[in-house]
Amino acid sequence: MLYNEPSPLEVKVLTRRFGLPDSASLQTYLAHDGYVALRKAQEMSPEEIIEEVKRSNLRGRGGAGFPTGLKWSFVPRHSEKPKYVVVNADEGEPGTCKDRLLMEYDPHQLIEGVLIAARAVGARAGYIYIRGEYRYLIEIVDRAIDEARAGGYLGEFELYTHTGAGAYECGEESALLESLEGKRGVPRIRPPFPAVAGAFGCPTVLNNVETFSAVPAIIRDGGEAFAALGTPKNGGTRLFCLSGHVNRPGVYELPLGFNLLRMIEEVGGGVRGGRKLKAVIPGGSSCPVLKADECDIAMDYDSLARAGSMLGSGGVIVMDESTCMVRVAARLMRFYAHESCGWCIPCREGTTWLRKLLARIHEGAARARDIDLAGDVARNMLGRTFCPLGDAAAMPTIAFVEKFREEFEAHLEGQACACEVAHA
Amino acid sequence: MTFSPQLEERFASLIKRYPPDRRRAALVPMLLYAQDELGQVSKELVEEVARRLEVQPLEVEEVVGYYSMLRRQPLGRHHVQICTNVSCMLEGGAELWEHACKKLGIGNRQTTPDGRISLEEVECQGACSWGPALLVNYRYHHHMTVEKLDRLLDDLRKLE
Repeated sequence: MLYNEPSPLEVKVLTRRFGLPDSASLQTYLAHDGYVALRKAQEMSPEEIIEEVKRSNLRGRGGAGFPTGLKWSFVPRHSEKPKYVVVNADEGEPGTCKDRLLMEYDPHQLIEGVLIAARAVGARAGYIYIRGEYRYLIEIVDRAIDEARAGGYLGEFELYTHTGAGAYECGEESALLESLEGKRGVPRIRPPFPAVAGAFGCPTVLNNVETFSAVPAIIRDGGEAFAALGTPKNGGTRLFCLSGHVNRPGVYELPLGFNLLRMIEEVGGGVRGGRKLKAVIPGGSSCPVLKADECDIAMDYDSLARAGSMLGSGGVIVMDESTCMVRVAARLMRFYAHESCGWCIPCREGTTWLRKLLARIHEGAARARDIDLAGDVARNMLGRTFCPLGDAAAMPTIAFVEKFREEFEAHLEGQACACEVAHA
Repeated sequence: MTFSPQLEERFASLIKRYPPDRRRAALVPMLLYAQDELGQVSKELVEEVARRLEVQPLEVEEVVGYYSMLRRQPLGRHHVQICTNVSCMLEGGAELWEHACKKLGIGNRQTTPDGRISLEEVECQGACSWGPALLVNYRYHHHMTVEKLDRLLDDLRKLE
């Protein structure tokens, strides 16, 4: 059973097997083009595979949006050390719940993507790093790996799942690698990048679940066909996770460049209760908020970057007019302060002070200068932290304060917050 | 320290997954699976895992301190984790959390006196589009309401 009804507007490439009986099984996968791309890839040279992925304009689906083919090309062709493929299945960005579905409904698609990547870079083993809370998925993926091994699809390649144990920071690629090695999930200094020194100090390709899951379709139908689904430089589809105040929240696969207002209205069935749209976090909690009048926008990496935000991990959080933006900002900062690994001071101290400041403003106990102070603290974190978590906490805060300043001012000393009333 | 045959088998399969000189990589999975069976990460478990992976107990301790799912004290037989991060919050996750605390008379990471239910307020669990959501011992419950939560907690109190 699917978690939500599909939408007729979806373009189903990665999700085309969702809803089929026993869709996670090898049998169903094989009956629907499964492992066709792998066979094709085995007749291609590694360079040809990478070229095909480059042609698809596939960009990383985890958050940063780096071109996948280019990332693979950074792995040295000749290496004395073994090479690895690592899948980032540490889905934890607030607002994001898509990798879960890709593993639950179509684990073989992910495995096939990993096997093609392994051939492209000459890797001998791979790990799928799955967040600890997704225990049931580890069982599903383990079963699929066993089936693929028994079916001879893995060949000499070794593939394993690896469980995390609760840490948002481990979604950052270098922290994930530390965690994979049995250490605290603290980021590494870069360069060297994982392509040169990744898992166990060896050359490593590391991508998100959705990124790998797109690879079989790219090899099977050609990079150009995949690219043509999206907008220039933004190839293919994305699994958008629509949540918050819409009538039909759910995960929907739509072409990159799909208009955000249309997504809310036609895919999500509009804002709940006939209320007016107030704001949208377009790509997971680390992406600066868009005001309602900024939401007539194409959902692709470049359009959102021009609007000062990001496509991130595809988590589209919709907020109606009753939402207290100070409460949202304060709750998110509680998250970042909790999840900061503490390794570098600007992030550890910055998130903690912002948590206190934003909570104080929300409680109506702040002074007028605290609003500017929150902006100042956030701006002083930007670009000064060891890994992107600091920016992920600071950028949205700056946007909340700048775009909804009047709401922050309304919370100043003595004024009760109206949000609890509006939500009652 | 002796473990169940199932856990021993799992340990053996975990250690084989990593390069022989990198067996420490099995540390986090071993601790989590052991905790699932034993209820907590005890001092004895830390020492046993350290011995098996050929690392110092202190290196295991620092890992235990980092990951939120690893715990030194046992929790309830049914561990209820309620998400209050933004997507769930917009759908009433914070109200669910307050209701659960009030109903059971316990707070965050506390257990009812009979040891049956423990509560934890958690960050995003990857159920944003089907919120508000909670987990009971790794099992998801989506589209929760106060009424459904009441029924769930009543059932858990009766369950062996």
